[in-house]
Amino acid sequence: MSKNLSVNVEFLTRVEGHGHIVVDMKNGKLNKCELKIVEAPRFFEAMVRGRSIFELQHITCRICGICSCGHSLASIQAAEDAIGFTPSEQTTLLRRIMLHLENLDSHILHIYMLAAPDMLGKKSALAMTATHGEAVRRALRMKKCCNDACSVLVGRHVHPISSTVGGFTKIPSEADLLEMKKHFSSIKQDLLPTLELAKTFVFPEFERETEYVSLTSDAGYALLNGKVKSSKGIIKDKSEYKSLTNEYLVPHSTAKHCKLSGDSYMVGALARFNNNYDMLHPLAKYAADELKLKPVCANAYLNTAAQIVECFHFTDDAIQIIDRLLEKGTDKSEAVIVGLNENEVIKVKAGRGVGAVEVPRGLLYHSYEVDDKGTILSADCVIPTGQNLANIELDMRQLAGMVCGRPQEEATLLFEMMVRAYDPCISCSTHVLEVDFV
Amino acid sequence: MSAPKVAFFDLACCEGCQLQVANLGEELLDLLGHIEVVEFRELMSEKWDGEYDLAIIEGSVTNEEAEEKVKEIRRRSKMVMAYGACAVNGGINGIKNKTPMEENGRIVYGDRFKDYPSMPTKAVGDIIEVDYIVPGCPIYPPEFLKVLKSALAGLEYVIPDHAVCVECRFNENECMYEKGINCMGPITRAGCNSWCLNNGNRCYGCRGLLSNPNIHGARDVMKKYDLDPDVILKSIDMYNAAAGGKDE
Ligand code: SF4
Ligand code: SF4
Ligand code: SF4
Ligand SMILES: [Fe+2]
Repeated sequence: MSKNLSVNVEFLTRVEGHGHIVVDMKNGKLNKCELKIVEAPRFFEAMVRGRSIFELQHITCRICGICSCGHSLASIQAAEDAIGFTPSEQTTLLRRIMLHLENLDSHILHIYMLAAPDMLGKKSALAMTATHGEAVRRALRMKKCCNDACSVLVGRHVHPISSTVGGFTKIPSEADLLEMKKHFSSIKQDLLPTLELAKTFVFPEFERETEYVSLTSDAGYALLNGKVKSSKGIIKDKSEYKSLTNEYLVPHSTAKHCKLSGDSYMVGALARFNNNYDMLHPLAKYAADELKLKPVCANAYLNTAAQIVECFHFTDDAIQIIDRLLEKGTDKSEAVIVGLNENEVIKVKAGRGVGAVEVPRGLLYHSYEVDDKGTILSADCVIPTGQNLANIELDMRQLAGMVCGRPQEEATLLFEMMVRAYDPCISCSTHVLEVDFV
Repeated sequence: MSAPKVAFFDLACCEGCQLQVANLGEELLDLLGHIEVVEFRELMSEKWDGEYDLAIIEGSVTNEEAEEKVKEIRRRSKMVMAYGACAVNGGINGIKNKTPMEENGRIVYGDRFKDYPSMPTKAVGDIIEVDYIVPGCPIYPPEFLKVLKSALAGLEYVIPDHAVCVECRFNENECMYEKGINCMGPITRAGCNSWCLNNGNRCYGCRGLLSNPNIHGARDVMKKYDLDPDVILKSIDMYNAAAGGKDE
């Protein structure tokens, strides 16, 4: 069998942002095995320094359109942590709905538009319309529900308007809550057919022991609170994120890599599923059973399956929160009039803070140091895809050993599918590249 | 007659505007019945090497590679549309133009900054001729559809040149100045249906500035609160730094 392999995918399609896959193996020796990030840097770190925390989320959410609610939530949490502000219960519940919408929207996009075409042997979701028209319509319908519910809650999904340090500038009314509930119920209707479709997917065989990192909490499936947990037994507070991510430079990439107990670790749906399976909603566990997904699953290709399982959990949790808010009624007097905090309604003090939020692709950290006016002195951001890069490359190395000798096209597709399974967001990656100002 | 061939391209940006397109939902499918999408990197693996009837570009030009790319797109396209603030006036990418490029590089990359050359942010229209624009960060979907339909019909589309305040008052929002908060509505082009104000936030001017901030409907608010456009501009320059205070 030949021990040569050469894969070169320029501008990998169906991922967020621009990346290349380069694999070069000669006589069984792996000379190159890289996921290259090629997007033009946008200097976000330089952009936030000197700005007020009250307008910060307008910039940080624009790191990435698809992750905009996640960046907005993580940066708000970090800023509030820095000034010692504790959000109200209502704010926390509304933020959880917002995060569910982001995670659902992104998972649905990934499952149907980015991953499914590979599973069904199609070039794209557009090419699926001919054979799987109903599935494409369903995906668009589900995405539209997320989008419409987000518009009700925060004005729009891409770059949320009303979510800010201190809470929300607009509090949903009873009618708003009912409308959101309608959208979540509609998503719920579409989840079973989604599961049926997913059961026809044949995920490639693969296994590599991996360290999984996610938030964890006794109170539920942790997304916005709790401690950081690694499957290798480490539990730390988010304030210690630097020693949880241990960023290091690698010669071939402009993005830093991360490690914890070993040379790499994984964050994202599969990591959350593996670490917090017990906390999932029973319906989500049912979906996992149907997909034959069990913790601990060490096949990165199944990250897509874990996303489907999570969709069940997020949808039901959102409906529960809405029911709770409907029962209690929302308190409109909590609406923050913020601008640049001209009225000083929010007390500000100097400090440092960290935000840690489970966004679609995994654990996202933002960290800021602010002065006594709430002006940002320094900023740092560690994104999920950056944390996954080292792990993706190690998976690719093992895969290279497995597929050399197979036809070029087949091998290339397996690499593409591997990288896509992580649902990497290269948009995010490049915009926060090597963020450090000291 | 075959359906017009449309291609979507992205330069330096957050890809939020193409997401707005993907989020059109079933309206998107209706639209797809009338056009043939030949390239859309994020959603499809297919590529096309012929001529485009309409190229739709998102994002700013921040390096030479991108400059070459837009020139090539122009050569191959009958019509070009720039959509989103990044493409139309540099948008949020323009903030970095306020500090010297070298300093930006140093802040982000430390001593390795020379490995990552970057030039000041440019809008697509700074490099090539653009036939249609859709401003906003992100684009306002109803407006995008209107502009797209005009483009496909070969009709001109003119972006409104009156202030966001006009829409804001129509939507009966309480004015931010009334609450002691700055707002860029009086000097920003309408067309988003005062999106941010309807959601309790202020306007950041993402759609770009009016051609003359003292006329076109801004006058009342400016006068009532004794505002000077320059003062508001200085306080909020998030989207308009690359445009250098002028639009188009
Ligand atoms: S205009 Fe705004 S939403 Fe659109 S791509 Fe640029 S940053 Fe993203
Ligand atoms: S200044 Fe702002 S809040 Fe006041 S009317 Fe104009 S857009 Fe509306
Ligand atoms: S209100 Fe202002 S900032 Fe908001 S979308 Fe409209 S122009 Fe942009
Ligand atoms: Fe992202």
